[in-house]
Amino acid sequence: MPVKSRLGVLFKSTAVRLSALYILLFALCAAFLVFYVTGLSERILNNQTRESLKEEVQEIEKAYERGGVTQLLRTMERRARQPGANLYVIAGPNGEIVAGNVASVQPGVFDEEGWTGFPFRYERYDDSGGVKRHLATAHVFFLDNGFRVLVGRDLGEPSKLRLLVRQALMVALLIMGIGAVVIWFAIGRNALKRIDRVSAASQKITAGDLSQRLPVSGSGDEFDRLSSSLNGMLGRIEQLNEGLRQVSDNIAHDLKTPLTRLRNKASDALSAVDESAKHAALEAIIVESDQLIRTFNALLMISRVEAGSIAAELTDIDLSAIAADSAELYEPVVEEAGQQMVCDIAPGLSVRGNRELIGQAISNLIDNAIKYGAIKPEASKSEASDSEAAQSDGVVEPPPAITVRVARGASGVEISVSDQGPGVPADKRAEVVKRFVRLDKSRSKPGTGLGLSLVEAIMALHGGQLVLSDTRSGDEAAPGLTATMVFPGMKP
Amino acid sequence: MITDETTAVQSGETGWTDATAGANVAHMKILVIEDDLEAAAYMTKAFREAGIVADHASDGESGLFMGSENTYDVMVVDRMLPRRDGLSVITELRKRGVDTPVLILSALGQVDDRVTGLRAGGDDYLPKPYAFSELLARVEVLGRRKGKPEQDMVYRVGDLELDRLSHEVKRAGKDVLLQPREFRLLEYLMKNAGQVVTRTMLLENVWDYHFDPQTNVIDVHVSRLRSKIEKDFDRPLLKTVRGAGYMIKDEG
Repeated sequence: MPVKSRLGVLFKSTAVRLSALYILLFALCAAFLVFYVTGLSERILNNQTRESLKEEVQEIEKAYERGGVTQLLRTMERRARQPGANLYVIAGPNGEIVAGNVASVQPGVFDEEGWTGFPFRYERYDDSGGVKRHLATAHVFFLDNGFRVLVGRDLGEPSKLRLLVRQALMVALLIMGIGAVVIWFAIGRNALKRIDRVSAASQKITAGDLSQRLPVSGSGDEFDRLSSSLNGMLGRIEQLNEGLRQVSDNIAHDLKTPLTRLRNKASDALSAVDESAKHAALEAIIVESDQLIRTFNALLMISRVEAGSIAAELTDIDLSAIAADSAELYEPVVEEAGQQMVCDIAPGLSVRGNRELIGQAISNLIDNAIKYGAIKPEASKSEASDSEAAQSDGVVEPPPAITVRVARGASGVEISVSDQGPGVPADKRAEVVKRFVRLDKSRSKPGTGLGLSLVEAIMALHGGQLVLSDTRSGDEAAPGLTATMVFPGMKP
Repeated sequence: MITDETTAVQSGETGWTDATAGANVAHMKILVIEDDLEAAAYMTKAFREAGIVADHASDGESGLFMGSENTYDVMVVDRMLPRRDGLSVITELRKRGVDTPVLILSALGQVDDRVTGLRAGGDDYLPKPYAFSELLARVEVLGRRKGKPEQDMVYRVGDLELDRLSHEVKRAGKDVLLQPREFRLLEYLMKNAGQVVTRTMLLENVWDYHFDPQTNVIDVHVSRLRSKIEKDFDRPLLKTVRGAGYMIKDEG
């Protein structure tokens, strides 16, 4: 049953169901309105009828009072002869018709004085001499001799009006119905097609093709807006998914390498003949394992910081003191790495935070500076030192400085760690913050590739941010890297 | 990177048995509450090798029972335990008046866990994964702390003297000039003389740092200190214990 099933599909469509409901509601309203209007106009007509009947009755009563039955009969006869005349009947005390322009009347009409109250049937002589059945409403009054007089009006006219209005309603409903079906097909089919395209696209996405996007027609309607926002969501999901995939690839790579080394060292240890070689190999295994544990801890810490589960322990802490402590802790290592530690720490600056996390962040930044700050860019080294040597003969170049600075910045308290190494090119800065990303592709320096990721996560937890910039933007050979942790302004 | 290999103790089969050589751990008895049976078996065996008697309880309730019925020098409590969690075991023990030093082990292992663990009545905290040498060093320090109150005003190791009041350090009667932090480093080492002190313990106790410094910061500080207290003297006092940490001790 293709037609039936197609209709079934059509009725499953929301747009069609909605428009059907709408049309039904509209039709009901229209019907109510029509019945109300016809009812009202009928009542008005009836009232008018009654008014005029009442007048006639009064006149006839007056005629009777003036001239008795003769006058009454004359008046009624005269009136009855007019075109489109009312009903005039005089009946005997038992209800038998004595005179009038009516052949017969539904029994019981003459029983009571006043309005008949309901439309009654009667038969009248028409022009061709035949008898026709009609409906009428009438006023009856009794004469003092027991005769009854009826003055009434045919109800043909109000019923005709009602019929006319109802016919018009039928036609209107029919037109509306046809229009509705046409609109159903137009809207329903269109909407169906678009929704079908959306479901087809989302099925592909579910099947794993995250690059798929929902069709956007460009009309800017609700469907388009929905598709656009879903597309935005899909873009974000794809991006996150890509990030996750990259991270897991990196984890796999970054763990595979040390695990392989670990395994090799273990087999070295097994095959070592003399005791000291075995000992050395075992120690190397411990060093390697420690590095692995460190990587895992850093990963775990990043995810916990990102999950925000540490946020509960934020207190007011003296950032200046933490920075000074860190600088003091690292100073010997910095010197051993052929650099010098320079402190530019404004005293007494506080931030709201977690002391240990901030300490960890500062320590990560200093550690980076130690690792990369002493690297001389190979290509320009001789050139630079030549020109410098030419300018200042005999002056010993001071060791590159690692500067720890704490100051009140424009948007809040800032702590920065600057080095004088090769720096990070502006287009790579977003990259180096990602997990496991290391610009040093050879990975000659030890490290997890997680240091800056952790700093960024910690700053995000504190509502601040990590900003990377050049230490000396003019110096192209060794611009150096300045990593600034910007804390949000403290409440006054 | 271990900088000063020459002074490293190099005998025995494992790193941590060296650490206990001559340390005052004889007759130390500890309780390990740990539900991972394999880890617990390894731990008790390793403690025994180091000369420490270790009882084992595998859940919170039995740990609480053993901890309150017997007397131990130190308790090692895992945070996540069946039947009663580690923190509640510690608070309940403290309520019952058991003041045995407790070291908390935790797989969660992050800053906030350490804080809640110590608040619950723990004395030290070690996140998993840890090196056994680290655990052993901490247990020894905790066990000794219980036995000996820190009332000495002057610490002595061989001919090295540290006056905690006047902040004077002398070696063979000659003044040794130290930076404030170097003084605190030496003070902590001498307070735990004869015992292995790990790098993390130094970071925590001398610098109040509870995180991973990434590099060998401690080694550089210790070697600076070492050069100051040993430069003009033949006998080394400050030793590097491979795979564990440092120990100050008079071998003579």
